[in-house]
Amino acid sequence: MHNASKHLLFILAPLVVVFALLPGVYQNHLLLFNFVIFLILAQGVNIIYGFTGYLPFGYVGFFGAGAYGFAIMVMHLHTPAPFAVLVGGGVAILLGLLLTPLLRLSGAYFAIANLAASLAVLHFVANPALEGITKGPYGVSLTGTFNPTHAYYAAVVVMALTVGAVVYLKNSPFGLALQAVREDAVSASMAGVNIIKMRVIAWLASALVAGLAGGIYAWYVSVFYPDNVFSGEFSIFAIVFALFGGVATITGPIVGVLILYGIYNLIGFTTPQYFQLIYGLLIMGLVLFLPAGLVSLATRRGWHVP
Amino acid sequence: MTYALVAGVLFGLYFSLVGIGLNLVFGVMRIVNLAHGDILMLGAFIALGVVGIAGIDPLFAVPLAFVVFVLAGVLLYWVLVPRLQGSANPEMLSIILFFGLSQVIEAVTTIFAGTSERSIQSRLLGTVFTTIKVKWFGGKAGGAGPIQIFGQGFPAPWVIAAITSLIAIALVYLYLYHTRLGTLTRAVMSRRDEALATGIDVDRVSAAAFGIGLGIAAVAGVFAPFMFGSVTPAFGADATVTSFAIVVLGSLGNPLGTALGGVVYGLCYMLVQTYLSSWADLLPYVLLIVILLLRPSGLLGRRVRVA
Repeated sequence: MHNASKHLLFILAPLVVVFALLPGVYQNHLLLFNFVIFLILAQGVNIIYGFTGYLPFGYVGFFGAGAYGFAIMVMHLHTPAPFAVLVGGGVAILLGLLLTPLLRLSGAYFAIANLAASLAVLHFVANPALEGITKGPYGVSLTGTFNPTHAYYAAVVVMALTVGAVVYLKNSPFGLALQAVREDAVSASMAGVNIIKMRVIAWLASALVAGLAGGIYAWYVSVFYPDNVFSGEFSIFAIVFALFGGVATITGPIVGVLILYGIYNLIGFTTPQYFQLIYGLLIMGLVLFLPAGLVSLATRRGWHVP
Repeated sequence: MTYALVAGVLFGLYFSLVGIGLNLVFGVMRIVNLAHGDILMLGAFIALGVVGIAGIDPLFAVPLAFVVFVLAGVLLYWVLVPRLQGSANPEMLSIILFFGLSQVIEAVTTIFAGTSERSIQSRLLGTVFTTIKVKWFGGKAGGAGPIQIFGQGFPAPWVIAAITSLIAIALVYLYLYHTRLGTLTRAVMSRRDEALATGIDVDRVSAAAFGIGLGIAAVAGVFAPFMFGSVTPAFGADATVTSFAIVVLGSLGNPLGTALGGVVYGLCYMLVQTYLSSWADLLPYVLLIVILLLRPSGLLGRRVRVA
């Protein structure tokens, strides 16, 4: 059987089936929804960081832009929610296009500029001067479209698409070319790879999934403030989950989300500062002892991990 | 207008002090110290401790904070950095590693100090000067009043912070350009591998730079309660981004560049706050992006760093 269909059958299909059926068995739907959202975001980070090497420290900018794209469509134009989610994705792509010049920067410069960009978008949206459009810092309330069940299944669909995109990257010449660019841009361009086009496509794809996730998040929670949807925690969590599992793989970010977000929910809510401490130590240990993620435990033994 | 300009310069000098430690660390080790803001925060807590326990002028916290964090920095360097430099992509991983460190610092501070805002009465700063004045020249004792510059009154802590910053920047300059270790530091800054090949003990030089960088950050932190009104354990993250804006505005590995960057930043900050206050929050971020895109090497830089 072809590799790609194997990955679709044995990784993507079980994941979608499990998350589609779980709400019937498990009562905490918000928790399940958050799992799906973080699976999307971690895979989105995987697309841009794993395959191109750009660390999107302000990834939440796209998420928040998607949420506010959704909110503005619903509040001012009264469109149906699924359409507004698509618009949220579109807004994220626009923001991504606006930020493409950042791809000229390398390494830490890109990460810092991206972080600054997300904070700039936050302060722009939360500006009291724009209260007429975004409601400024006072938050939006979208009770008219509130429908957590539909939003949950929409999130599962977007998760399927995102994981599908990673399966494609893992098995296509395009993904291979991206990784070549990541390893050595000059050699790759000598070999005939159009570096700029490749990077921009990966960048916009990862912006799109975050925007869609943001739109669906807005749909699901329906009442939120700029600080909620632009919270740096989304970027950090997504990056750490992806890294913990191992980037540039299909399974790595999934494993990362399931383990780390699981731990977070076990101890995080009751004592946030102790969780923060454990989390910080975990991140440091990860970087120092396991920089290639959990999957490297297997690859070191010579096992192939998709 | 004069007020905004002078206040901008005073704040700017202080901002240079905030950024210069970060600059040193990034310049020498290519390590992004995302915990920089948290070191500032710890410096502020040392000042709080000095006032709270000993009840003396917070200026005494300056040498204390410096010494404590130089030692802590050297120790931290040996624990973290050699291992990090051995990995595949140290620059990227350092961002995540030091993010973890900043989380640990924030969590530990929260566990011991709580999340409430802390501040110090601003008249406590500089009481050592007024005491000396009273002893030597007579006159009446009391807190330092506003200091007159160009006919406008400015809070004394601003002026004291600005003067301390000037002294610190001068000392960093002397260290880098007039000591042997400083020369070695600049060698490592410009070419790490060549420095290693010529037999420089890169680790020792880097450890010194790391310690000094953290020490200066802590000194800047001592003044934070006066410059920003109050501090909380969560104050670190914002301070880190601001420091980055300043460092990038100046140029990497050049303390004078950071001084210029800090002053430019301070002036912009004060002017925007005076005339367009609701947009003032946006300024550091937009400024950072614009400068990165137009002049990735900073205002005084030469080497351009483009992918």
